[in-house]
Amino acid sequence: MFQKFIKLTTAFALSTGVAVPAYAELSGTLRITSDMSNPAPRAVMEKMASDFDAMHPNLNVELTVIDREGWKTQIRNSLSANAPDVVNWYAATRMKPYVDAGLFMDISDLWNEPEMAALASTKGAMTLDGKQWGVPYTYYQWGVYYRQDIFGKMGLSEPKNWSEELSNCQALLDAGIKCYSIGTKFLWTAGGWFDYVNSRTNGYDFHIELATGQVAWTDERVRAAFANWRQLIDMGAFIDDHQTYSWQEALPFVIDGKAAAYLMGNFAVAPLRAGGLSDDQLDFYQFPVINPNVDYAEDAPTDTFHIASGAQNVEAAKAFLLYVTSPDVQTEINSGDALGQLPVNAKASVSDDKFIQQGFDMLSNNAGGGIMQFFDRDFPAEMASVGMEGLQEFMVFPDNLDDILERLEDARQRIYN
Amino acid sequence: MPSDATDTSKFNNWYRRNEIAITPWLFLIPAVLFFATYVIVPIGQSFWISFHMWDGLGEKTFVGMGNYERLLGLGDQKMDRKFETSFWNNIKWLVLYLLAIPLGLFIALFLNQTVTGIRLYKSLFFFPFVISQVVVGLVFSWFYLPNDGLFDVLMSWFGIDIRGGVLGNPKTATYGIIAAGLWPQTAYCMILYLTGLNSVDPEQVEAGRLDGAKGFRMLWYVILPQLRPATFIAFVVTIIGALRSFDFIAVMTNGGPFGSTRVLSFFMFEESLSEFGFRMGYGAAIAVVLFFIMLGFIAYFLFQMWHDEQESR
Repeated sequence: MFQKFIKLTTAFALSTGVAVPAYAELSGTLRITSDMSNPAPRAVMEKMASDFDAMHPNLNVELTVIDREGWKTQIRNSLSANAPDVVNWYAATRMKPYVDAGLFMDISDLWNEPEMAALASTKGAMTLDGKQWGVPYTYYQWGVYYRQDIFGKMGLSEPKNWSEELSNCQALLDAGIKCYSIGTKFLWTAGGWFDYVNSRTNGYDFHIELATGQVAWTDERVRAAFANWRQLIDMGAFIDDHQTYSWQEALPFVIDGKAAAYLMGNFAVAPLRAGGLSDDQLDFYQFPVINPNVDYAEDAPTDTFHIASGAQNVEAAKAFLLYVTSPDVQTEINSGDALGQLPVNAKASVSDDKFIQQGFDMLSNNAGGGIMQFFDRDFPAEMASVGMEGLQEFMVFPDNLDDILERLEDARQRIYN
Repeated sequence: MPSDATDTSKFNNWYRRNEIAITPWLFLIPAVLFFATYVIVPIGQSFWISFHMWDGLGEKTFVGMGNYERLLGLGDQKMDRKFETSFWNNIKWLVLYLLAIPLGLFIALFLNQTVTGIRLYKSLFFFPFVISQVVVGLVFSWFYLPNDGLFDVLMSWFGIDIRGGVLGNPKTATYGIIAAGLWPQTAYCMILYLTGLNSVDPEQVEAGRLDGAKGFRMLWYVILPQLRPATFIAFVVTIIGALRSFDFIAVMTNGGPFGSTRVLSFFMFEESLSEFGFRMGYGAAIAVVLFFIMLGFIAYFLFQMWHDEQESR
């Protein structure tokens, strides 16, 4: 009887779009499994869970935090057997295996709520098969983090196009400084480079066509992108032996001034600052134009919350998703001393951190081509793993390109049908 | 209840008559049950899954021999290159890992003497086997680091420069990992031989000496035959160790650079269970192939053991 009453009231609340407090009647247990295991994200997640718990006296929130890397493989078992109500995951194609297997709940109804209009910019990344499968809670820009002081000393400025990029790089190399640090041991960092070089050469639409298997890897346009990338590789722009370093192990090259720049996500700022670089030394620029006929497309990976299709407390789960995406919570969890990233809600305010501000400005005003989710989230899992291995090989042995592309094309023909 | 009583006594009579035949089976039942549930049945399931295309989440689709055709290049398909690399790396592991046996024997002979503090030396030599393989792998990957690593510094004295560092160069990476694996494995073989040397019959050694045997001839004709049981065990654990090389690879190179250090077990993990692996059927097919390779070795060992027992009777 009481259960029914709750259902009725929540249905009423949903249909009339009453704001979050209308869920005060929530009861039972809400089980959340989160992958926010690094210190700062963990604190954010724990605070969100306890705040939500405090808001709903009859509701008991149970939070389980799982190591972020471990979660990438554990999510399968977790969702198939005794699934929690709410889980963390990633946007775009990365959701596909779980959507196809019916493990994520279709929450298109939640996206019809008026307050979700403020999240419109991220709706595409949460949509598969015309339905929405989760909500975003944070995202961050990618771009080139560079040593402003080294650039200043050598009279270089932020490159706007490819020829400036190449001449900058040559000047740095002549001074004995590598242009870019990178650590490709775990492969994905090379995916970032390909995202940028390919989308700047051929445009966002082509990049997504490649990701969705509509274009052959042996296509001339793909080769053109690799040829541009190769210009940098042949110059010796990247640090040597990068295949033996993780992305963290490649940070000291920038901190010690042996490499001038690093193409990375905004999460690299914290360790670079911790390594002793001040904001006067470190700055950010958007990846330069290669082909002037295509618009800027940017990598901005989105992290997400989903409701498991086996969820027991769906009402509370949906209320939690609305809570996480609400403007106040978005402002709070993405602030400089919390996650230090970009809020997904347009009504939330952006942290005044220099890099977050620049990233926000770039993504809102200068990413007309489109927003990419990153190589391993836009490409299907198998294609991503074969692909990134090929990209790493290309960066070390560019002469193997024909062989690599043939291998990737072989994989494409098998994976997408 | 008279009928019940007769039933019980009937059973008791029957059991008493067959006691010798039945009792061993009664004792075996728990082990057999567990072995069947946790070993035999999963092996069967692996075989079954390997005939399917399955992402581990949704419905299985039966594809018959499809996975094997792709993996081994049966019919008009090309052999999966990853499989080829993994297979040959497994062979390299199997062959080179056996070096642990002569190395272990050598150290054991060297340490088999009475000097002050010999217990300390012995335990120091045994130390690498005690620490986790993950730690050994990590230490070696630092040792191999390009530019800063000790190995690179040593090599530069001889004017040798390995491009990309030992683990970053596809030509040297597998050998680098095997060398790291040999360190603890040698210690293991050493311990096996040290215990074996304790049971060497001093009278036979004495007799050999009287007949004028010494040095290598003594070792080859008198000591080694007595160490046969130790050699056999060392052989078995080394072969198994070589096939279990997963931890070293995962820690030191993660299969890289460009997949050149994969072995079959790592390949299987990557295809079916890792971050981007959703090919349960394909992974199971790799597991089945690995199973048959192991089966070959184990059958050989079992035959050897049986053969030895026949001889000693």
